[in-house]
Amino acid sequence: MGSILSGAEAASLVRALPGVDAVGLEARAAGLATRSVKTTSKARAIDLAISMIDLTTLEGADTPGKVRSLAAKAVRPDGDAPSTAAVCVYPSMVATAKEALRGTGVKVASVATGFPAGQVPLDVRLADTEAAVRAGADEIDMVINRGAFLAGDLERVFHEIKAVKAASGDARLKVILETGELATYDAVRQASWLAMHAGADFIKTSTGKVGVNATLPVTLLMMQAVRDFRAATGVQVGVKPAGGIRNTKDAIKYLVAVNETLGDDWLSNEWFRFGASSLLNDLLMQRQKLKTGRYSGPDYVTVD
Amino acid sequence: MFEYAPAPESVRPDIKEHYGLFIGGEFVDAEDGAVFKSVNPSTEEALFTVAEAGEADVAKAVAAARRAHETVWGPMSGAERGKYLFRIARLLQEKAREFAVAESMDNGKPIKETRDFDVPTAAQHFFYHAGWADKLSYAGLGADPKPLGVVGQVIPWNFPLLMLAWKIAPALACGNTVVLKPAETTPLTALMFAELCQEAGLPAGVVNILPGAGATGSALVDSAVDKVAFTGSTAVGRAIAKAVAGSKKKVTLELGGKAANIVFDDAPIDQAVEGVVNGIFFNQGHVCCAGSRLLVQESVADEVLERLKARVETLRVGDPLDKNTDIGAINSAEQLSRIRALTETGEGEGADVWQPACDLPERGFWFRPTVFTGVQQSMRIAQEEIFGPVLSVLTFRTPDEAIAKANNTPYGLSAGVWTEKGSKILWAAERLRAGVVWANTFNQFDAASPFGGLKESGYGREGGRQGLEAYLDV
Repeated sequence: MGSILSGAEAASLVRALPGVDAVGLEARAAGLATRSVKTTSKARAIDLAISMIDLTTLEGADTPGKVRSLAAKAVRPDGDAPSTAAVCVYPSMVATAKEALRGTGVKVASVATGFPAGQVPLDVRLADTEAAVRAGADEIDMVINRGAFLAGDLERVFHEIKAVKAASGDARLKVILETGELATYDAVRQASWLAMHAGADFIKTSTGKVGVNATLPVTLLMMQAVRDFRAATGVQVGVKPAGGIRNTKDAIKYLVAVNETLGDDWLSNEWFRFGASSLLNDLLMQRQKLKTGRYSGPDYVTVD
Repeated sequence: MFEYAPAPESVRPDIKEHYGLFIGGEFVDAEDGAVFKSVNPSTEEALFTVAEAGEADVAKAVAAARRAHETVWGPMSGAERGKYLFRIARLLQEKAREFAVAESMDNGKPIKETRDFDVPTAAQHFFYHAGWADKLSYAGLGADPKPLGVVGQVIPWNFPLLMLAWKIAPALACGNTVVLKPAETTPLTALMFAELCQEAGLPAGVVNILPGAGATGSALVDSAVDKVAFTGSTAVGRAIAKAVAGSKKKVTLELGGKAANIVFDDAPIDQAVEGVVNGIFFNQGHVCCAGSRLLVQESVADEVLERLKARVETLRVGDPLDKNTDIGAINSAEQLSRIRALTETGEGEGADVWQPACDLPERGFWFRPTVFTGVQQSMRIAQEEIFGPVLSVLTFRTPDEAIAKANNTPYGLSAGVWTEKGSKILWAAERLRAGVVWANTFNQFDAASPFGGLKESGYGREGGRQGLEAYLDV
């Protein structure tokens, strides 16, 4: 896809975006969160949410064993539950994950670009990305240069994303805005558009490594951005909230927001993902509850 | 792909087969034995029967209220009155779900709104005024202001319990006793409130509830009350003002509206669309301060309309008791035919009508959310209050033109302004002739905030310190 815009054009377009009224945005998100999803629609929502998870482990203590365990869970979470969309790991674990997931249809996503802070020189970030792609990553989760963004150097942020996009080759590029560090809704909207103009395939809220991760209002705002971007350019971009979504109830609120903001076109793991780890087991427990009518417990789902 | 399964509210209130008039702390039948039925507008099935108050009953109720005022409520200290009001507020909270469901069944409005708005806001009104009861000397209305005496109150069907709270809470806090007539199509929550007053141990005669239609209301207005408070149509308000003219009765009126919601080109568009939707489709548009005219700057009109229509497509119309319903039933067959008649004039006068594709239930009174574009100031749908889910969209070129068009109505209840510029908000608010101006929001209410109109939207304020004046002899 990419973009036909120059950095200066993209920066001025982004600066001209209309503002976001925080009170109104949060009220709308709260309104969507009151939808009551029960019985058959809940069962479908749970399976859909499972299929949208990027099952994630991003720890200094990650080992090949841990990654293989997570990969097995991603492929076959529980009984006839669907597979997750991807397993998300650090670049050093991509080869292990790729091997474990070969032929399963579950993708390997790798964080890159000096995740999570991105505070390393651009050539290091690009080398990081290329290494992940070489090791077999299907998807790259990059971080934007928040320092440059907050300093007002939108052009630099734009060019860096374009460079990472080029380095990602055929891998789909998820651009992490780290909304908790951008702080304002206006900044989130600007960063979303900047990333999309620069060629993002997905825009993603957070690394999960700072105090404030995905929230429903921020994700709703990003959904509005991808909706408007497609209307303006014809290019569809996905959305991935990450961090802090731990239970079924919350996941369903996000799906309701997708349903009522973006509609069917985004209701698949091609266009919407959850970056999460503990969410999966809660979805599985709720799934068991719907099937058997009894609440299970943490010992009835696997620890991975 | 992602359909929501039915999510019906499970609580069912204990609705009796028959209710009497609530006079002097007791439920009694009408002297002449008259009764009428209350219908669930979403099914057209009768919910219960209720006594209809005639002149004799009105006289009895006013006498009971007078006795209560002279012997108990008038002499009682403000602190003691406050205790009763706090008790009523807490009981309303405890029974919130039952009241919410009953309101949805009798009125047709969605449970989402009764649960999250009507009932909590009604309780808040009692809490707020309970706090005033022993502090009236500090309301800026003179030292130790006195109550008026017996107040006759007539309320509409659009927010039955909430309008009751707006009327009764300040009246009681100020030391008055009341005779209240709920609307003929929605007496249920007023009668449940009467039961709640019994449970709260409120002295007999302080609150009297007289269900009935227009004749009951006019008998109440003509009775020996000291004050009349009315919320409803401008036509009836005018008749009430005539009826009390020349008497010592005080009167406050909260009447119709045709509010303009002004969207400037620098507005936060997504939130403005949300506010426009809330402004006109909240409570099926049965809101006197509804933003029934959208005035949008021509340069952003196409974009706003496109988004507005996409948003309206997602509104869910249907069973009021389903927790996912956004728009419920129209309150009565009569109101439905009024809405239909006015929308037909819109089409006849050349405006373009648009409605989303949505299924409506077979029984009951329903009307699709409707957006008229290409509306001109001279059309009836731009001038007359429709009181239904019908939005008229007009455009403007400059801020001055927006204000001129917004003010070009006999009404003056509310207005909305959408812009990211604070200075423009203040500029517009100074010029809009409306009792309430909302900035970057719409249909927000708070017990502490006075509400009321200008011009044909009535006079007097409800809520806040200012609202106390309507129930004190100052």
